[in-house]
Amino acid sequence: MRKHGVALLLSGLVLALPVLANPYETTLKNGLKVVVKEDHRAPVVAHMVWYRVGSMDEVDGTSGVAHLLEHMMFKGTPRVGPGEFSKRVAAAGGQDNAFTSRDYTAYFQQIPKEKLGDMMALEADRMRHLNVAPKEFAQEIKVVMEERRLRTEDNPQALLFEQANAVALQAHPYRRPIIGWMNDLENMTAADARAWYDQWYVPNNATLVVSGDVDHQQVFKLARQHYGPLKPRALPVRKPRAEPEQTGIRRLITKGPAELPLLLLGWKAPRVERVDGPVEPFALEMLAAILDGHDAARLSRSLVREQRIATSVGVDYDALGRGPALFYLYASPAGGHSPEALEKALRAEVERIAREGVDEAELKRAKAQLIAGQIYKLDSVFGQAMEIGSMEAVGLGHQDIAALQARLEAVTAEQVQAAARRWFGDDSLTVGLLEPLPAAAKPPVATPGAGHHH
Amino acid sequence: MLKRIFFLALLALGGTVQAGVAIEHWQSPVGTRVYFVHSPALPILDVQLDFAAGSMFDPPGKEGLAGLTHGLLDLGAGELDETDISNRMADVGASLGGSLDKDRASLSLRTLSRPDRREAALAVLEQVLRQPRFEAAILAREQGRSIAALKDALTRPDTQASRAFWAALYPAHPYGRLSTPESLAAVRQPDLREFWRKHYNAANATLTLVGDISRAEAEALAQRLSAALPSGEPVALPAPPVAANGQRLELAYPASQAHILVGMPSVVRGDPDFFPLLVGNYTLGGGGFVSRLMQEVREKRGFAYSVYSYFAPMRQAGPFQIGLQTKKEQAEEALTVVRQVLTGFLAEGPTPAELEAAKANLIGSFPLRLDSNRKILDHVAMIGFYGLPLDYLDTYQARVRAVSAADIRRAFARHVQPEQLVTVTVAAG
Repeated sequence: MRKHGVALLLSGLVLALPVLANPYETTLKNGLKVVVKEDHRAPVVAHMVWYRVGSMDEVDGTSGVAHLLEHMMFKGTPRVGPGEFSKRVAAAGGQDNAFTSRDYTAYFQQIPKEKLGDMMALEADRMRHLNVAPKEFAQEIKVVMEERRLRTEDNPQALLFEQANAVALQAHPYRRPIIGWMNDLENMTAADARAWYDQWYVPNNATLVVSGDVDHQQVFKLARQHYGPLKPRALPVRKPRAEPEQTGIRRLITKGPAELPLLLLGWKAPRVERVDGPVEPFALEMLAAILDGHDAARLSRSLVREQRIATSVGVDYDALGRGPALFYLYASPAGGHSPEALEKALRAEVERIAREGVDEAELKRAKAQLIAGQIYKLDSVFGQAMEIGSMEAVGLGHQDIAALQARLEAVTAEQVQAAARRWFGDDSLTVGLLEPLPAAAKPPVATPGAGHHH
Repeated sequence: MLKRIFFLALLALGGTVQAGVAIEHWQSPVGTRVYFVHSPALPILDVQLDFAAGSMFDPPGKEGLAGLTHGLLDLGAGELDETDISNRMADVGASLGGSLDKDRASLSLRTLSRPDRREAALAVLEQVLRQPRFEAAILAREQGRSIAALKDALTRPDTQASRAFWAALYPAHPYGRLSTPESLAAVRQPDLREFWRKHYNAANATLTLVGDISRAEAEALAQRLSAALPSGEPVALPAPPVAANGQRLELAYPASQAHILVGMPSVVRGDPDFFPLLVGNYTLGGGGFVSRLMQEVREKRGFAYSVYSYFAPMRQAGPFQIGLQTKKEQAEEALTVVRQVLTGFLAEGPTPAELEAAKANLIGSFPLRLDSNRKILDHVAMIGFYGLPLDYLDTYQARVRAVSAADIRRAFARHVQPEQLVTVTVAAG
């Protein structure tokens, strides 16, 4: 509420300098933070609630409970019956969904702008009044197990990432899959889900993000009306569970039905803890862009196009998380090339940068893409809410979005080279390999006359 | 991140242009149909070219030619090699993308609208349209990659199910012909050039422009890009697909889940039954969590994470399709539920409450279909490519509102025949 006056003051500025004033924020007395991004191009709104709780807050034996609870959030309160939530959103001309990450759990509706108050009423209701009925739980845990079968059990590439993650990390809860181990799902109870909800679903552990064709003062007023009455409660202490230092290379092999091997190299890497912190994570982000930012970036150009040792390559590095970061390179070998040769070739690209540095033209190109991306992201109302919410949920603020970009744009060629030298040694490396098993698919067997007759 | 569900709403692409977003349409001097939406709010320009050059035009025995031709367009053109093309786009923060389906091959450029940036990006696009190189060495490399990717995809149950489904629905039509490692390997360099000349020509193209440029700039740009294309004729279509008898196909596959697809050839893009099918399918299996299939299969029984139905209108009769994945032990039980839901819906159509709910969502959510330049581009390009009326989107809500339960029953009776449904199950055998 203290920031209310500031927002009023800024709203005078909005006419002259909309970019500086927008987004707007306030915090309700119960601790719920509200961030509003005005975008008046279309008469639509994205309404999102982000809870700062994800799979990393789970403990052994109940892995997957954060995601399971996300499913249960659609299963009713005393005022809104099971399945009724989505029905009401649909009737309002909206689309709703939710997602769970290691760091957070978020719920959203995309709606015509005049329905915002109705959505707040629904979302506020389930923030504190969820039923976790055993009957609904029994159905939904089956759905989640089907989801795990679909995404992971029958997907050898996903299984490799799951296993490699569990090898690279041993103490930190990022080692567990978000969806949970199958055996934990099989033994999950409604009481586990209930306990999770009671611990974490409180206004003081949430951020409300609204983007679109709204007036921020009006949104603040609606938020006070709908979310204001909810009672805050102290949160459990979060233990750090820091990952001990890795002191040697780790290797693993998984097997599954596939044609192509998949090789995965993951190094422990720094994350952005503060926007004004050390330069390393920003330098690594630019290194990732130089390696894999476009079709002719270094990895694709060298390994796929010139050496033809890989059929595909990729980089994955996310420096914005609550837990430890990994810098992944992955690739599938082209016919006749061994995973060992591919591993050497991948590492040689990083070593070349460590040795010779990067061209100014390459760095400038990566930054041009970054800067244009800042304009392109404005094309999506939902994307803007996503960016704000994820920043808030990992402990940075929406105010840091511009500063993060500025840090990236300030990275020098020397800093990229220094990062390539510093972070890619053997001792912090985990190497995973998917070894293909011959697929057993047989030609289809037709059953004439067994069509769908009535 | 784990989304709670995949949304499959292909029919919903029968999209929109909201009041106030006007489509301007003209033909360039060389015969390319041009569609322009002036959108000055952001300094962005989106350009899309669509060609009747999808995989339905693959010659027998060389399935995959359309994909390889499309894939090689930006891997060397005129004076620029593949690295130049990618670097020059990235240098100005632009990106050149594309997509290919059975009907259509698309090239799309997103660039900043600032004149110096967009000029650099458009100069590259112009080269790509004018003079793709189709170099033999690059073809050999991309053939190898395509074959490897296909072989890998063939180890996945969803790929197996989808291929068996299309082949069974279209036994005598190009929609049912699929690339194989052998057909990809049979493609030769002159095939690409010939395919390109026949399909990537000015008369066989539509051009869609959305963004922060004036009408005069759009006209100049359209003239320039279409003039870069070779001249030619619109391509002819094959004879339309003929519905076959229903059948059940079972594929053995070592996976924990069975993948199930049910469907038949059903509807052409532009069919007057589109709106009754759209509104009806919302209740059957298109309306996300509130559809009958979702209620019966997922919400009541926990059989599947994703279950859906949709109509996919295409140039020639595209499929009606129901899909789900479920633990293999309960596949038959789940399939029985799906059949009961479909049979009930075909017999009775939606209840008055269901019809009202479907309309409320489809009409109310209309602005969400057009809330970004990207979505406007997708819809206008679709309208242009399939030759839908320019007021198609302006009348969208009114046409949804006009649908009755009787319209839905009649439309479903015309487009879904139970005795012609093909059922594909990929499960451990």
